[in-house]
Amino acid sequence: MKWPNPSQISARSLRVWQRNFSIYRQNWKISFLPPLLEPLLYILAFGVGLAVMVGELEYGGEKLSYTTFIAPALVSVAIMHNAFFETTYNSFVRMYYQKTFDALLATPLNLEEVILGEMLWAATKSVIAATLMTCVISLCGFFSFPGALLLIPLALLGGLFFAALGMICTALARGIEMFNLPIFLGITPMFLFSGTFFPLQNLPGWAQTLAQFLPLTHLVTLARGCSLHVWSGELWFSLLYLLVATLLLMPLAIALMVRRIVV
Amino acid sequence: MAILKVESLRKKYGSLTAVDGISFRVQTGECFGLLGPNGAGKTTAIRMLYGYTLRDAGQLEMFGLDIDKSLREIKRRIGICQQEDSLDPDLTVRDNLVGYARYFAIPRQEAERRADELLGFFALQSRAKDKIMVLSGGLKRRLMLARALVNQPELLILDEPTTGLDPQSRQLLWQKLAELKKQGLTILLTTHYMEEAERLCDRLVIVDHGRILIEGKPAALVQERVGHTVIEVADPDQTLRDFLARESCRVEDLGSRLLVYLDEGDELFLKLTREVRAEGCMLRPAGLEDLFLKLTGRELRE
Repeated sequence: MKWPNPSQISARSLRVWQRNFSIYRQNWKISFLPPLLEPLLYILAFGVGLAVMVGELEYGGEKLSYTTFIAPALVSVAIMHNAFFETTYNSFVRMYYQKTFDALLATPLNLEEVILGEMLWAATKSVIAATLMTCVISLCGFFSFPGALLLIPLALLGGLFFAALGMICTALARGIEMFNLPIFLGITPMFLFSGTFFPLQNLPGWAQTLAQFLPLTHLVTLARGCSLHVWSGELWFSLLYLLVATLLLMPLAIALMVRRIVV
Repeated sequence: MAILKVESLRKKYGSLTAVDGISFRVQTGECFGLLGPNGAGKTTAIRMLYGYTLRDAGQLEMFGLDIDKSLREIKRRIGICQQEDSLDPDLTVRDNLVGYARYFAIPRQEAERRADELLGFFALQSRAKDKIMVLSGGLKRRLMLARALVNQPELLILDEPTTGLDPQSRQLLWQKLAELKKQGLTILLTTHYMEEAERLCDRLVIVDHGRILIEGKPAALVQERVGHTVIEVADPDQTLRDFLARESCRVEDLGSRLLVYLDEGDELFLKLTREVRAEGCMLRPAGLEDLFLKLTGRELRE
């Protein structure tokens, strides 16, 4: 396996981003619907239906309503889903069925730039979704400002991480149906057990330790800390985890894709 | 001057040697053909020319530039029309061209100008706003070819440009390629259609099992290796076989069909039809297909 060299990467990557963006723009009205409606549905279901049973809970020394507690997690989950599904299903379709990468490789672009462009685009989708959701949730009055604005750079970081993770799955997947594996063994458990819908402290000790290895746990911790102004030293650790993991996974994703495509 | 130099190019996939040390040169302004049956290694060779497939050994030079050092510069100056449709289904016909120009850093206005010019050249203007999905195979091919020209390449590389097309589309594509050649474009083309090679190629190589079997100008090669004309005899009987055995000529016996290769003249054909039988006997000029089959054999490949 050949690791990408920074000298192989140029601003041409943005052309790949631009291609995906211009197609996204054609259907933006439809693409905007899920991030606008999803938080409302969750807030309605959990805020109205479940919160009355749960009552208030304590998080980082603060008393929070249940709906407030889950609101930042909703944004985090959207960051994960948008990036991961873009670089798995969508990138796979472009690579395998549409031969888009083949066409791109006949131009001055190299594969490293193509894959980077795909990941940048996937992260952009996370940023768009997170921004829209933050607007909706803020209008409902659940977020604190200016801290909640940090969700946008956080969406870029988290988006890049999950884009790289998805791209690694694409590099290893033999067929498109293979994505069921990482989704049901990775993405869905993370969605449920990363401190998203209940505090990690409710879990037994071993499960808490396990949850600390899940990237979504750290994204949720950061999102919650920032958007609810619950500051603690723990946030720095989560930030470091995501930064290091992203810096490792992105070149790994590129290297694995090169190994898959250039034979 | 050679625009493309290929020297001892080699590629192995496991135990299968796809390209086994091929060398050739393409001169500026010519149309060069890479002929071979399915699985001969044509596509693998083409893919190595633009770094899509890594070669195991050999040197590649285009425009006097080494591929390892200047792949980007080389890719900027060549146009590649791949065998499989790789058009962008999310974009319209025109946007496929304009969008592709972006990858070559061609400014928007210039890209649109070239796109319209190419749509005109390939008679695609009326389909400019259509999505790719509704296009027929022939239209897609034309658009693929137009797309390969959007960066005004100095060398056009075509991998089986007319495979799977109907005769009308094929004729149109040949006519367009001939026009491009006349304008001075250098073309490298792979094909297993002999008619295509005869019409377009100034020089060619025939490749099989990853090796070059022969190189030269198509007409001269046919003349030299096959002959001038061929008599085809359907359902030959013993009398006819005996007659041919007495004549000094090269006969290929395919069981239900005989092929007789003649170096010059048609005396033998006249004698045969007058003295033995005329029914089922046909005299035709020798062609590239005769040479191709002679060199690569008649057994099926896939």
